[in-house]
Amino acid sequence: MDSPALLCESLVKVYPPDVRAVDGLDLEVPRGECFGLLGPNGAGKTTTVEICEGLLEPTSGRVEILGRRWADAGRALRLRIGVSLQETRLPEKASALETARLFRSFYDDGLEPLEVLREVGLESKADAWVGKLSGGQKRRLEIACALVGRPELLFLDEPTTGLDPQARRQLWEVIRRLRAEGRTVLLTTHYMDEAEQLCDRVAIIDKGRVIALGSPEELIGALGGDRVLEVVLDGPAPPPDESFWRERVQDVCEARVDGDRALLSVNRPHIAIPSLLEAIAAAGRSLEDLKTRHATLEDVFLKLTGRTLEGESR
Amino acid sequence: MRWQAFRELLLDRLRQFHREPEVIFWVYLFPLLLIAGLGVAFSEDGPKPVLVRVVADSPERTAELARQLASPEIETETAGLDQLDRAGMGGRWDLTIVARDGGVEYRLDPQQPESRLARELADRALQQSQGRVDPVSTTTVAEVRPGSRYIDWVIPGLLGLNILGSSMWGVGFTLVDLRIRKVLKRLSATPMRHGDFLLALLASRMLFLALEVVAILAFGRLVFHMPIVGDPLSIAGLCFLGACSFSAISLLTGARADKLETVTGLMNAIQVPMWIASGVFFSADRFPPVVQPLIQLLPLTQLNNGLRAILLEGHNLLDEAAAVGVLSAWGIVCFAAALRLFRWQ
Repeated sequence: MDSPALLCESLVKVYPPDVRAVDGLDLEVPRGECFGLLGPNGAGKTTTVEICEGLLEPTSGRVEILGRRWADAGRALRLRIGVSLQETRLPEKASALETARLFRSFYDDGLEPLEVLREVGLESKADAWVGKLSGGQKRRLEIACALVGRPELLFLDEPTTGLDPQARRQLWEVIRRLRAEGRTVLLTTHYMDEAEQLCDRVAIIDKGRVIALGSPEELIGALGGDRVLEVVLDGPAPPPDESFWRERVQDVCEARVDGDRALLSVNRPHIAIPSLLEAIAAAGRSLEDLKTRHATLEDVFLKLTGRTLEGESR
Repeated sequence: MRWQAFRELLLDRLRQFHREPEVIFWVYLFPLLLIAGLGVAFSEDGPKPVLVRVVADSPERTAELARQLASPEIETETAGLDQLDRAGMGGRWDLTIVARDGGVEYRLDPQQPESRLARELADRALQQSQGRVDPVSTTTVAEVRPGSRYIDWVIPGLLGLNILGSSMWGVGFTLVDLRIRKVLKRLSATPMRHGDFLLALLASRMLFLALEVVAILAFGRLVFHMPIVGDPLSIAGLCFLGACSFSAISLLTGARADKLETVTGLMNAIQVPMWIASGVFFSADRFPPVVQPLIQLLPLTQLNNGLRAILLEGHNLLDEAAAVGVLSAWGIVCFAAALRLFRWQ
């Protein structure tokens, strides 16, 4: 049990002609951890996960799953991991229970099909055809199919993408329970809140590399202020540049301008806000909107890359 | 336990198939409708008389000619001289007889066998009515061979056609659909043995095949009294071999394609030439000798030839070495190629 659940060393995947989807990536996930790969679309998360799942060959680098390598232990490893891919559309004319039973039949031992449906809260839909399930229910069924072999290591690739908030929260519950059972989970997401809610540790991935690694609290703490002031000024003129905020407002550790907003990382809002108001008045501007919130992984990503997770720089 | 995955995969295939009502229609009912349609269109109630149009310048002369022609094998209709050219060539009649001074003129399309037959029958009737006596006395005895009707001939062809079609759709199309849905990829991320999957796919094919064959032959037997003289084992054996061969071709067709358009196009490119050339609706012998070697190498040609020989003439599987050889060769080569090229994702 001393080997980590997952180990990647200098992983590289090049798609011809010269797209480096994964570009020298190192990861180590100890057993029992819920680990998140967080990054924007196209960061290389899915490629990384599929290499770890043994579905893709890396161009170079080393992968060890549960202490073994895919080349030596293909089927033996498949018996011990569970996988939920992006964009699987399970056959529609089978019921949820029939689907779970099919996947159960591939494993030497595992959970009862009905039991695994209960685990993901689909017991009442056992006899419904897959085609009649909602998006969130289908996703939970896919996770059930990943769980049915009682895997030691579970890969969930974008488990909640495209779901409505309620369905996402239901899935989070499922994943939290898995984590509480002490299973190792590797999930990818481009939702920062999901990573913060679910993961013990997070690797932030951009352009095929790990650009930050740690628990969500550590990463946010490293911003230098765990509160963020979002400032929008009146009038068409853009907000003053970053040095204005850093020099004129007290307690600002970090300032960024993102479109018409200025984002200020602070530790003590009760000190920062009065001096902020003074600075704005002195500059002859007035406030249209001021929000304070906790710093998130989104702010971490923005600080590291200058871009947001959801898309390009605004 | 070892076969549990195979059993579940097979059950899954059967469910996906049988819960799709359109599939049932196209695989089971459509061929029967086709047979029924062809059976009605080509049903023969005894020999049909030839139709002869008689044209003369006076009604009396026309009537006289018609009287001279009268026989159970000839049906006549009359027309005036003025109608001779107006009706063009598109008439229903097989032959036109025009009265001329001192004789008659036959007008016919020599391409049509019916027209040539009509000329011989009419000529004999006219000559005999004028006193010709044939030197040899002849009698005719009707001797109807079972299985010689068009419907008897076409049912084995439609059976072959159906085995081709359902194997192509059942294997290639299904595979590509599962690939597009990323189900193949998902399955390859489980410990499922790949062989179990392919075996289940083929086994489901064979189960449906049995139903198709029984449905078509029973329909032909019960509705059209088609004679089935071959032994059941040879019939089953050849159908099985044909389905294996086409499934292998279909596996190869669907080995890599990742668009439904691609696989549909490929399947049509494979099937349509065989629909035309392999003797489904008309005999493959109609094609010129130059292309015959090619046509005889098509798997459907061999399946149809073999089915006809076994069903209608009572051959057994061992007599049909050409069919067995060609079908096996296609099956083995395509299966080997498909295994090398197959892509799970």
